Amino acid sequence: MNSLNDCRQLEELIVAGFGGQGVLSLGMTLAYAGMVENKEISWMPSYGPEMRGGTANCIVILSENKISSPILSQFDSAIVLNQPSMDKFAPRIKEGGLLLYESGNIFKPSTRTDINIIGIPATTEALLMKNAKTMNMIMLGAYLQLKPVVQNDSILEALAKVLPEKYHHLLPVNRQALELGEALARDWKPELV
Amino acid sequence: MTEFKLMKGNEAMAEAAILAGCDAYFGYPITPQSEVLEYLAREMPKHNRIVMQAESEVASINMVYGAAGAGFRTMTSSSSPGISLMQEGISYIAGAELPCLIVNVNRAGPGLGTIQPGQGDYFQSTKGGGHGDYRMIVLAPASVQEMADFVYLGFDLAEKYRNPVLMLSDGAIGQMMEKVKFKPYTRPEVDKSGWATTGKPKTRKRNYITSLHILPEKMEEHNRHLEEKFKMIRENEVRFEEYNTEGAEYLFVAYGLSARICQKAMDMARQKGIKVGLLRPVTLYPYPYQRLNELAAQVKLMLSVELNSGQMVEDVRLAVNGKVPVEFYGRMGGMMPTPEEIVHHLETLIQYHHVN
Repeated sequence: MNSLNDCRQLEELIVAGFGGQGVLSLGMTLAYAGMVENKEISWMPSYGPEMRGGTANCIVILSENKISSPILSQFDSAIVLNQPSMDKFAPRIKEGGLLLYESGNIFKPSTRTDINIIGIPATTEALLMKNAKTMNMIMLGAYLQLKPVVQNDSILEALAKVLPEKYHHLLPVNRQALELGEALARDWKPELV
Repeated sequence: MTEFKLMKGNEAMAEAAILAGCDAYFGYPITPQSEVLEYLAREMPKHNRIVMQAESEVASINMVYGAAGAGFRTMTSSSSPGISLMQEGISYIAGAELPCLIVNVNRAGPGLGTIQPGQGDYFQSTKGGGHGDYRMIVLAPASVQEMADFVYLGFDLAEKYRNPVLMLSDGAIGQMMEKVKFKPYTRPEVDKSGWATTGKPKTRKRNYITSLHILPEKMEEHNRHLEEKFKMIRENEVRFEEYNTEGAEYLFVAYGLSARICQKAMDMARQKGIKVGLLRPVTLYPYPYQRLNELAAQVKLMLSVELNSGQMVEDVRLAVNGKVPVEFYGRMGGMMPTPEEIVHHLETLIQYHHVN
């Protein structure tokens, strides 16, 4: 996995899943947090027919330097939330990269041995929290535990910006979901360094 | 919090229109730029400005014609098929010498095509599009920041030359989010009293807006006047950016989104020891012919990278005039070339032309 220092310099991430799983807002929260920290950022959504019920994805780049291409074919990390996204993006992760997947939706994770693969049962955990929509934040929490590309405070500030004001009563539960995700990934030790 | 905002290109462009003092926006929704109409429909009334969803793109451009004729700062935006519908109106506006801003968030075509990004409208934008002898100043943004900045610039140039200005963006730049800072804007003083139809006082002659000059002598005189203006534009408004061109042996030429992808390809190629630079035309009309011609004396090969089947490459060849090989690489239909793919293509061409 690219080291802590490296990923704070430049992180190229793809988030992918079904429309409605919170793929775009996960990416947007991260992008916003990057902006809070004065990083260069880009958030490139898929906006095609896949938005209408199929798969959705967004590419998020966080960098200390000016970002060239907002569209990439190879990624440092992928957060995948459904099987089609696993099949499509697992081969595009750079060697030594991170593949974080939602294990309740994905039954056939990649068999690659040159990347770090970790499954998080975020859907089940979200249901246990009685709020299925926090699944994406559990995944984001887990991701940030493994790749602390931004500080926790920045994410919380970003959440308040990304979540429309009428949903601000849901800020605590989102915060809780982030912390839960962090806890779920905490004990995981990368096999590759 | 910084003064930066996180916005989509389309939203940044819409916000900039408000800050630029756009009096009236006329449009019709079409992916991938519907956010513009949505944003302005929400925000413009707060500033007592006009937003109208017209019944079609034909209607929106003619509403722009009317508003511009009455001296208002006005604009429309659409995506490729909608811009095609506007071509007659654009020709009339150019003929009648009215200032306005038109934004094309280019999608892949021809026909309805697909809603994914493309650059297939290069010919339409730079070589005419509508009928008759006219040109538009064409600005090609490559970032969300430029989507905002070029609204100010576009309006200013339109009023300076009394000519329509086109901002040629694409679906990716329109849909992506980046940091954007809205720079303080000072609107240049422009006296429109000599031509705008704002109501005739007794003290002056009637202002008369038309593109009709039925007598051939008059029409040719008008054509010559327009050409004088386009000549001034060619002399004064060429804009481009260069990256790593100093000492470069090869050159990418690309605009908009393609230029961003080429920057990544350039970095990758340079890591491999290939000395490649990039020239990004910022204005597609007027085109940086002269600078490309100069660079042709320095580099061994140029590669035009576009999201189409090879349009701008014709202008690169015109500029270079046979001095060095000019090649083309492109993807279409909303497909994107990867930086790896571009580097591979460059390496192959270097071998093919024996210019390593």
